Amino acid sequence: MAITEERPEILELESGDTTSSTGVFARPTNATGWRAWLFTVDHKKIGIMYGVVAMFWFLWGGIEALLIRAQLFTPNGTVLTADQYNQLFTMHGTTMVFLVIMPLAAAFANYMVPLQIGARDVAFPRMNALGLWIFVFGGIFLNLSWFLGGGPDGGWFAYAPNTGVTFSPGAGMDFYALGLQIAGIASLVGAINLIVTIINMRAPGMTMLRMPVFTWMILVVQFLLLFALPVITVALILLSFDRTFDANFFNVSMGADPLLWQHLFWIFGHPEVYILILPSFGIVSETLPVFSRKPLFGYSVIVISGAAIGFMGWGVWAHHMFVSGLGPVGVAAFSATTMFIAVPTGVKILNWIATMWGGNLRFTLPMMFSVSLVSMFTIGGLSGVMHAVAPADTQQTDTYFIVAHFHYVLFGGALMGLFAGMYYWWPKAFGYRLNDKLGKWHFWAVLLGFNMAFGPMHILGLQGMARRHSRYGPEDGFDFWNAVVTIGAFVILIGMIIFAVNIVRSWLGYKEGTVPQEPADPWDGRTLEWAIPSPTPEHNFDYVPVVTDVDDFWHKKYQPDANGKLRKVADGNAIAQKGDQHPHLPSPSYWPIVLAAALPLIALGLIYNLWLTGIGLVLLLGSMFGWSLEPATDPDAGHGDHGDDHGPEEDGPDGNDKVEAETAEEAPVD
Amino acid sequence: MTDVAESSTSQLAYGPTDWDDHHHLPTNTGLTNEKITMWAFLGSDCLLFGSLVSTYLLLRNRVGPSTRGPTAADLFDIPFTSVSSFVLLMSSLTMVLAVTSIQRAEMERCKLWLLTTAALGSIFIAGQVYEFTGFYREGLGFTTNISSSAFFTLTGFHGVHVSLGIVMLVTMWVLVSGGYLGPDRAETIEIIGLYWHFVDIVWIVIFAVVYLIP
Repeated sequence: MAITEERPEILELESGDTTSSTGVFARPTNATGWRAWLFTVDHKKIGIMYGVVAMFWFLWGGIEALLIRAQLFTPNGTVLTADQYNQLFTMHGTTMVFLVIMPLAAAFANYMVPLQIGARDVAFPRMNALGLWIFVFGGIFLNLSWFLGGGPDGGWFAYAPNTGVTFSPGAGMDFYALGLQIAGIASLVGAINLIVTIINMRAPGMTMLRMPVFTWMILVVQFLLLFALPVITVALILLSFDRTFDANFFNVSMGADPLLWQHLFWIFGHPEVYILILPSFGIVSETLPVFSRKPLFGYSVIVISGAAIGFMGWGVWAHHMFVSGLGPVGVAAFSATTMFIAVPTGVKILNWIATMWGGNLRFTLPMMFSVSLVSMFTIGGLSGVMHAVAPADTQQTDTYFIVAHFHYVLFGGALMGLFAGMYYWWPKAFGYRLNDKLGKWHFWAVLLGFNMAFGPMHILGLQGMARRHSRYGPEDGFDFWNAVVTIGAFVILIGMIIFAVNIVRSWLGYKEGTVPQEPADPWDGRTLEWAIPSPTPEHNFDYVPVVTDVDDFWHKKYQPDANGKLRKVADGNAIAQKGDQHPHLPSPSYWPIVLAAALPLIALGLIYNLWLTGIGLVLLLGSMFGWSLEPATDPDAGHGDHGDDHGPEEDGPDGNDKVEAETAEEAPVD
Repeated sequence: MTDVAESSTSQLAYGPTDWDDHHHLPTNTGLTNEKITMWAFLGSDCLLFGSLVSTYLLLRNRVGPSTRGPTAADLFDIPFTSVSSFVLLMSSLTMVLAVTSIQRAEMERCKLWLLTTAALGSIFIAGQVYEFTGFYREGLGFTTNISSSAFFTLTGFHGVHVSLGIVMLVTMWVLVSGGYLGPDRAETIEIIGLYWHFVDIVWIVIFAVVYLIP
């Protein structure tokens, strides 16, 4: 093929001899079947897999929650032992934070960010796949503990020295420390990749302040991940060294400071809170304007307040530690910063309300979930500001009031936003809509169950019911509200079952032809992802979009007439790209999944046998070399050297020349 | 604003443009993706070492009822470590020379400087191994007390970073020697140079904060 011959390939010897440039082994070529998923580097498939795996863990974390609630349904519950209860609440929190909300956000980020910025893929497609597989193996590794002597039992925040060998002798905390380490590497890889993608690969004309807000919030989140993850990495390293190699970091008899873990954990942990919520803020900032048929009120204010949250999120961590004896100066300072960070958050809420105000509201499912985010998150935000007041917090710490607060922000906030995103972008990803009627049942069941489950926790907390206790007595007076909470939890379960049924039925209906194929622009959208067919073609964009405005696609459809009134000038579905071009794309690769598989081996070895670690390290180094010797795109497949950001090949006589003109400057060192 | 009349008649909102005539788009920043990747990673690594250094500073003088053995600071051999620090700093100079020579397509020089940099790094690592062995002989192992755990973890992590850098440098030397990596990909060496300089700078911080400040 002419393309391969003419192109200077990186493995070409100076003498002119050419070696195989496809790396050490043959590469996968399957376009369909399970191999097409396992070895893919397509950001859309990777995004979907993030979502599927996260929903699996969501089911598992939900079962853990229901077991907890079953235990607390009546006083002196007998469903679980205290030890099992410890393991379940630890893994419920860990699962929901690290294996559900973060990867669900990663799913949307991977799928939508390249589409929203008009790119063909992320900057490093193989690294993207690597992040996914490390996350998958990390999740499996973490949950292996259930079969190997019991889960971690020290809470999701794992306060050392309580999580040292002395107080937690089983292997559970080792699985926690190493599993989170693995999941952290996955997030770090993904964060760097998305940062480079957003900073470097925006379509022509898309300046930073023309970027969709979702992409903006994802950018802020990736920077938070970039700087927060190494801190918990160090904390987990210290804990692992203590547990595995008898180091003394948390050995109080050697003079250890128990606050060290708390500081390190919450320096990571508080930015983590914004890592969890900001993607959902981004999602509703997309849906509210679309379904209000108004531009986002104060676009730049929303963007700047998001970035401000990102900065200020670093200065509030010690409000998790008000009762740990920081001293009055520390408490006062963190009290003030915590009150202050409510300002940019409140600004966002007001912007969303102002966006809806006077709008032509359409109460579709994404809109309903978005509105529920705005309202439920506000409740959680208000109880959050209460915690900024240190004396009040001293009363509320470690009670169910805190549990109520963070479920209102994480479930009522983050998860509601993620559901809004699912209903909103489902047509774009799969080509059909989820059933509206079942979706409404899902929405109302979840909203009702959510408020039943977490609303009464405020009361229980103020009555003095402590967190993390496996039992309460009949004399405590907690029975009624606990029963309500448990019933609420099962109502949520019903809602989620309806959601699962909805997915299956809509999918079957789509295959049978009873659920219609959605057009490119089903919602009359504003951003670039609606300017391409549904489901997204493999190459995303036929032509690189040139952007001149915020909400550029909207401005292509609606323009002011002579009187300055906005008039519809074109139909979104008519002017959308057709998906009929065939540009070159990056080739699939075995290496991401092979490299990722080395990490759980290394971690298992650290717990059981160092030889296993050795094997893992050899596999790791070997696949790193295999990876870097393999070009990002297989020249034998007749593709270009990279498919990330270049324009399509046009059918013309000069088609091959363009490939040749490509320099090796983007040679794959990812 | 785009021209109203034109886009109202256009069937393709995002049709072929001048941009498609270029085979690939320039990056938004003008920097390559790979270089930004390294900068981002180094930014993240700053926090890793920041946390480790803070941990050491917090724990270095702490004692409890069962504290035993000397602290790391009791055993420092400042002249020796000064020499090995100087060796590591000189490796930054040779790294710069390696980058410059490949940019000028002077491949033999590039190979020489790559190997020199790797060798200087190896001398530093050898010095660290020698130092650690000496500490161990004098009764300061990894598990002896809290300051030793913190000291060995911090300097050990730095040592691992240097070692990885050496592996990368040797790999580059192999690739350049085999003709697999030419001046057109000088940036690869430049990016590894960024990493190498970062590791050196971290050592300056560690040497100053851990060794020199009492």
